Amino acid sequence: MTDVRPAGVDLPGAAVHPRPHADDPFDAALLMLEGRRNVSRREFIKGVIASGVAVSGATYFGAACTGLAPAPLGGGVERLISLNVNGQVRRVDVLPGETLAMTLRYKLGLTGTKLGCDRGECGACTVLIDDVAQYSCSTLTHRVRGQEITTVEGLETPSGELHPVQQAFIDELGPQCGFCTPGQVMSAVALLKANPDPTREEARAAMAGNLCRCGAYDHYLNGIMRAAREA
Amino acid sequence: MLKDMMPHVELFQPTDVDNALALMGRFGSDGWALAGGHDSLAWFKDRGKRPSALIDLAGISELLGIRETSDGIEIGAMTTLTEIELHPMIREKFALLADAARHVASPQIRNSGTLGGNVCQDTRCWYYRLGVGCYRAGGNTCYADTPEAMNREHCLFGADRCVAVTPSDTAPALVALDATMVIRNGQGEREVKAEDFFMRPGIDITRMTVLNPADLLTTIRIPNTWAGAHFYFEKVADRNTWDFALVSVAAAMKVSGDRIQDARIACGGVECVPKRLTGVEKLLKGALLNDETADAAGAAATRGAKPLNYNHFKIPLMENLVKRAVRSA
Repeated sequence: MTDVRPAGVDLPGAAVHPRPHADDPFDAALLMLEGRRNVSRREFIKGVIASGVAVSGATYFGAACTGLAPAPLGGGVERLISLNVNGQVRRVDVLPGETLAMTLRYKLGLTGTKLGCDRGECGACTVLIDDVAQYSCSTLTHRVRGQEITTVEGLETPSGELHPVQQAFIDELGPQCGFCTPGQVMSAVALLKANPDPTREEARAAMAGNLCRCGAYDHYLNGIMRAAREA
Repeated sequence: MLKDMMPHVELFQPTDVDNALALMGRFGSDGWALAGGHDSLAWFKDRGKRPSALIDLAGISELLGIRETSDGIEIGAMTTLTEIELHPMIREKFALLADAARHVASPQIRNSGTLGGNVCQDTRCWYYRLGVGCYRAGGNTCYADTPEAMNREHCLFGADRCVAVTPSDTAPALVALDATMVIRNGQGEREVKAEDFFMRPGIDITRMTVLNPADLLTTIRIPNTWAGAHFYFEKVADRNTWDFALVSVAAAMKVSGDRIQDARIACGGVECVPKRLTGVEKLLKGALLNDETADAAGAAATRGAKPLNYNHFKIPLMENLVKRAVRSA
């Protein structure tokens, strides 16, 4: 009997038959790859997904850490540099093309800074560079040597007291899912450093570079106005 | 394909223009002069452009700052858009440029994005950015100009195989202010009018500006010709933040009593280069400042427009923006 496979069923979990058939070219390939004949397609696909995740995860992290770099062209930047992050000078090995978001998250362990789009289109990675809000995903780490970098981890006092903006965001229920919050906090801190008493319109303009998919924009604005009042 | 990481690239951080030019000469088309990096890094992460060496211009102090000269101002190409937006002298004499800078992308991008980078950025035609082999990428097809293509962002004027538009907000303002671009390479320095700085696809389809791989835009000079004139800038985009202009207008007008003495107007988002509206300027020169003049200016602005399947809306949009610019005087 011929195996009739409706169009578009080659999706995980949409297998027509539970066992692979050796006379089906697709299944034969699976069996050959797997090297045994008694594995179900579902198990095989799960295996592929698991190993795929492991491989791409290793590429993501591995590339950030070591970088399979070709021989240098000569005369380029030194990889071992000092960065001033949250008031501490930290030695770190930075690839020539590495972005600040990658260095902060994967070299320095400062995972408070989020990577949303990695294209400067969402604001989740906002940090302060010499008190100015910038997208760390679109800034080369080598460019900020000698400048003061502040991340969300650097805002609370040594005794553990939250920054007024952080406290006000909590009080005004700013964070919903919370993913954009570190970026929102940093933009708000930058605004209040430059303009301690902003109007709501000024605050709205200053926060325009931070997306919130939960739509809690007004909560964040309330938080900024509260922080400005209470500071 | 891995699309979320910077590929390996060598980085050079020269501290003066001569060294930057030497590096650009050494690497030729394998080198990439890096300004703010917002256009560039996206290209690299998407593997759309693969230079082997980045020449970071951020450490070159000659390229920074705003200076008053005997006949106007000059702005270093690496001056940030935020600095231009807030600079008292620019706000007083050339508010048009400050206004245009304020409409670029988002606050964080303006904090590191530069004037030079803004005028040199590549087009945003999303077929081209996707990495397809279109004419602009050296191929032999335009994917945006077919009966099914999604081309609402594309051009009304000057199509020549490519239908992409200029993405820059500051470029129309610089054309309206009659700015001059100062370009340096290993052989020396040359000046090009802002109007002639941008490249039409009919001349070279793979470039957005007249810059060769060994050329560096160092300075933008704005003469006092239009200092303190009446200015109007408006940008219409899908979102007020981030998005590139669907149509923008930058107008400089000299008004005395109820007459327009002189005007210079350019539009963004309608052609591959900022479109200077010389016909409208002629019509406005000496005209009475009233609604009839504004209507005539609007109608003249879109004469010769050739819309694509999905961008007819840009015609009334452009007409209305030009009308508003004239009415504001």
